[in-house]
Amino acid sequence: MIGMTNLLDPHAPATSPRTVDEPPAPYGDVTRSDAAFRAFLHGLPGVDQVGAEARTTVLASRSIKTTAKAWAIDTAISMVDLTTLEGADTPGTVRSLAAKARRPDPGDATCPQVAAVCVYGDLAGVAREALAGTGIHVAAVATAFPSGRASREVKLADVKDAVANGADEIDMVIDRGAFLTGRYLDVYEEVVAVREACGDAHLKVILETGELVTLDNVRRASWLAMLAGADFVKTSTGKVSPAATLPVCLVMLEAVRDFRAATGRQIGVKPAGGIRTTKDAVRHLVLVHETAGPDWLSPDWFRFGASSLLNDLLLQRQKLRTGHYSGPDHVTVD
Amino acid sequence: MTSTTRTDPTPPSPFQYAPAPESRSIVDIAPSYGLFVDGEFVDGTGEAFKSVNPATEEVLTEVAAGSEADVDRAVKAARRAFTRVWGPLRPADRGKYLFRIARILQERAREFAVLESLDNGKPIRESRDVDVPLAAAHFFYHAGWADKLDWAGLGPGPRPLGVAGQVIPWNFPLLMLAWKVAPAMATGNTVVLKPAETTPLTALLFAEVCRQADLPPGVVNIVTGAGDTGRAVVEHDDVDKVAFTGSTEVGRSIARAVAGTRKKLTLELGGKAANIVFDDAPIDQAVEGIVQGIFFNQGHVCCAGSRLLVQESVHDEVVASLQRRIGTLRIGDPLDKNTDIGAINSAEQLARIRELSEVGEAEGASRWQPACDLPARGYWFPPTVFTDVSPAHRIARDEIFGPVLSVLTFRTPDEAVAKANNTTYGLSAGIWTEKGSRILKIADQLRAGVVWANTFNKFDPTSPFGGYKQSGYGREGGRHGLAAYLKGAAE
Repeated sequence: MIGMTNLLDPHAPATSPRTVDEPPAPYGDVTRSDAAFRAFLHGLPGVDQVGAEARTTVLASRSIKTTAKAWAIDTAISMVDLTTLEGADTPGTVRSLAAKARRPDPGDATCPQVAAVCVYGDLAGVAREALAGTGIHVAAVATAFPSGRASREVKLADVKDAVANGADEIDMVIDRGAFLTGRYLDVYEEVVAVREACGDAHLKVILETGELVTLDNVRRASWLAMLAGADFVKTSTGKVSPAATLPVCLVMLEAVRDFRAATGRQIGVKPAGGIRTTKDAVRHLVLVHETAGPDWLSPDWFRFGASSLLNDLLLQRQKLRTGHYSGPDHVTVD
Repeated sequence: MTSTTRTDPTPPSPFQYAPAPESRSIVDIAPSYGLFVDGEFVDGTGEAFKSVNPATEEVLTEVAAGSEADVDRAVKAARRAFTRVWGPLRPADRGKYLFRIARILQERAREFAVLESLDNGKPIRESRDVDVPLAAAHFFYHAGWADKLDWAGLGPGPRPLGVAGQVIPWNFPLLMLAWKVAPAMATGNTVVLKPAETTPLTALLFAEVCRQADLPPGVVNIVTGAGDTGRAVVEHDDVDKVAFTGSTEVGRSIARAVAGTRKKLTLELGGKAANIVFDDAPIDQAVEGIVQGIFFNQGHVCCAGSRLLVQESVHDEVVASLQRRIGTLRIGDPLDKNTDIGAINSAEQLARIRELSEVGEAEGASRWQPACDLPARGYWFPPTVFTDVSPAHRIARDEIFGPVLSVLTFRTPDEAVAKANNTTYGLSAGIWTEKGSRILKIADQLRAGVVWANTFNKFDPTSPFGGYKQSGYGREGGRHGLAAYLKGAAE
């Protein structure tokens, strides 16, 4: 169910070899020099913050009820990257999370499983073993997550280690320091290098939008990551506040929409951090639906990086099925 | 080139929003309504007319038409209230009544929103989030002015004019009522208001609010009816002030009728606003602003951004984005909370929109409409974009007052200003650019009463609103709006 298929060409092999040394046409030459890349990124249309917020306010007022809500809840569950990124994580907690990922609601076999389990790289092997045969992906954060403050060699070793442990999705962080000082080509080259180190694993590029601050920066960083070969652009590590917000997600969805229109390549989006309620998740799905379009409404192209969100989705799902609210003891603790 | 392009229907999305209609059980529509004169609901002596739900053509109720004699009774009541009660009342006490009305509007907001959408056809999202809150805001704002008029910068001791005769349109029935009634009351005038023939219901509910607020009888009188009733209000000898919002054609005849009398006059008439998009604009937000500018309230907005002036270098990109965005607009049941575009207000208005759209095609512009299903009953028109429009085309000059956008291009800022100003109207304009200095320079050159920068169709009671040229004269809202209802101590 969650095999990475290409929606534009469903018959294409699931892991098609890609060239990562230069951006896709028609942007092949924009990374030829620092100056050219800066001119390109700064030449992207600006984002008016007030207008972006106004748009998300209107979309957040959509009223999603009954059948639409049921569809949205199941879809959201299937898009969850169930995450634990604690210093105190153990093989036991990861195995427990994996069990929950396979069967989010133990009392209801019709409940879909989640998209992936997201852990630190050293625990990817435990997750891989616990999820064998389920189709659930193993995502590992890497590249000196969450700060990204390490030498490139260390970051690449981190990625290779996670892949070797069994991760088939890598969530990397960009070098925000380099980005904010305008060294865009350095950031780009690092993403390209990580992309290569990933091998067949899918690459999600975390922009850490809470540190980039402006929506102009979010748009530029999204384009940078997409040009460098990202499979997903992801908002946040979850360790910085604010994490995922609707305006940030709007700008990223506009970026992937425009990028596909220009290059034919579809890129996924993953808001992460701060999405805790079903209402938040449904608002994001509405945003996806009315910004990037229905093609993005699948776990192949949209994910939620979350932990507590899943339980609220399950509670709302039970409410829809039974007609009454249960309580926190009717869903499992993580 | 004449062509009607429709995009291919795309496969249905897996995410189908279930119907989410606002319940209409909150409103209680009587089978018939009379006039509101001197604090009482009374029968009219004219022939009653029907008010129709434009989304379904269902008859909602029957409403009395005010004859000349009815209008005379209303004006006499207003005069009595002015001389005996409202004029002599302590200004702070006038303010109290306005505050009370504002609060009741908020308390009964859902009722007003549902009734407005039923009678007018506008989406509940707009009546709920725009019309009703703004109407309440106008009363709150003017309530604050009631006892501060000496400091409004209009000279010492400004005095009310007396009886105001007010005629309002059908596009924002309650909001236009608030724009007219709140400043008149705050400044100490009394009111005879004629709501539009097709949308009288929220004005009649407002009459109930006046009773609920214990407003002294005769301060607000509401006389329903069509053009003849309006004429009787405007031409009545004992009216001191006429305020009209509506078409330029009717405005002209009112100006003729009032000329040579002592009556003060403000007119808020038509528009053909330019929405100017420069190549350095934030394109995604500009597209939102274009949509908000012309499709808000089905384009039934006098200050609608009906002429899109887009810089040639980004024309194709903007039009493509706009078409994609229009494809996501949800058209249908005005009471559904997810509806973006509701019904056209009347069969008459629908006929005018159709006629002008056909003229547009005949004159050589290219019509584009998204693939969308329109309800079988009711008055509906899909969002429409005309490209290849020249300034000589009628769709670039005449006010269509519907969801129809005419796209023109320009190459330089000077050309943009020249084309934007090349209209007999001058109510509003929009500028989209990331360059602040350009906003200031262009806004200075545009002959329009309101210029929005990187936004459109934003209203606030503190901000004066009104037109240049054939868009009318006088200002409503803000400190400027008070002047229309006051005279100096010496006058």
